Amino acid sequence: MKSDFLHGMSHGIPIALGYLSVSFGFGITAVRSGLSVFEASAISALNLTSAGQAAGIDIIASGGTILEMILVQITINIRYSLMALSLSQKLDKKFTTGHRLLASYGITDEIFALCSAQSGYIVPAYMYGMILISAIGWVSGTFLGGYAGQLLPESISSAMGILLYGMFLAIIIPPSRKQKSVLCVVITSAVLSVICKYLVKFISSGFSVIICAVISAVLGALLFPVKEEEQE
Amino acid sequence: MSTAVYILVMAGVTYIIRMIPFTFFKKKIKSQFVKSFLQYIPYAVLSAMTIPAIFYSTGNITSAIVGTLIAIVLAFFDLPLIVVALSASLASYIAGIFL
Repeated sequence: MKSDFLHGMSHGIPIALGYLSVSFGFGITAVRSGLSVFEASAISALNLTSAGQAAGIDIIASGGTILEMILVQITINIRYSLMALSLSQKLDKKFTTGHRLLASYGITDEIFALCSAQSGYIVPAYMYGMILISAIGWVSGTFLGGYAGQLLPESISSAMGILLYGMFLAIIIPPSRKQKSVLCVVITSAVLSVICKYLVKFISSGFSVIICAVISAVLGALLFPVKEEEQE
Repeated sequence: MSTAVYILVMAGVTYIIRMIPFTFFKKKIKSQFVKSFLQYIPYAVLSAMTIPAIFYSTGNITSAIVGTLIAIVLAFFDLPLIVVALSASLASYIAGIFL
């Protein structure tokens, strides 16, 4: 039991290091948007997600509505439902409802990817180990970024503002290179987003993301339906 | 609106999205359209969030473009997320020195 936990932790170390540096950027961005270091850290501790948090602080900073916050979080994080669904088929018998309720907190892109890659069933202790170390990296990075954003020279903290977006590009570009369908979806969404930003200015940034993403994903699903064998 | 309300709503929605399928859903989705949509939505979301916001992320459009180009090239060659992110940031920083 204990060794499963440590095993999960050791597998989670690369995730934690990656999270540490990326959430540093989130911490800087959050504090620049007017949040306190504590609020930024609380967001990271409670959400454990990058894109949703970045969109969330935009909404907070721009004084968006709660409905907007709900819809944006659903749209951006709906992928976790699919991951959770997929992962639920891989759980060991030890995963009682209580364990599932607790562990679902930690389903992120990276944790999902690593858990999926494990052979055989996953036990709760393994997943807890991985989630714990990843969350420590994510929250402490946010905390440090929030502080350093005020302490570091402007030139460095400005340059770190691009960290999160750099990570997003690193997520979307490799599959775009390999699959024409993903490339079309990504380009459509980017073009729509530029149109929303410069031509349809009354749409807030959160709704703009929803509209652009849903239109381009629907187009993608209609034009390039995923074949059975491509499913994982 | 209090920031705490936003934060709690945000956290609650994010948790529920993960928790419901993980805890309760046992069947598999059959609709090809829904499966396709769910496969494309993460990329669509990240793309819309990144473009054009990335160009304003460093407070200077030129340094941001330099960082973006570096990120695109490195991501194209499948480098790890963290390498891409840090290199983009470093490139923006270096570009910023010369601007």
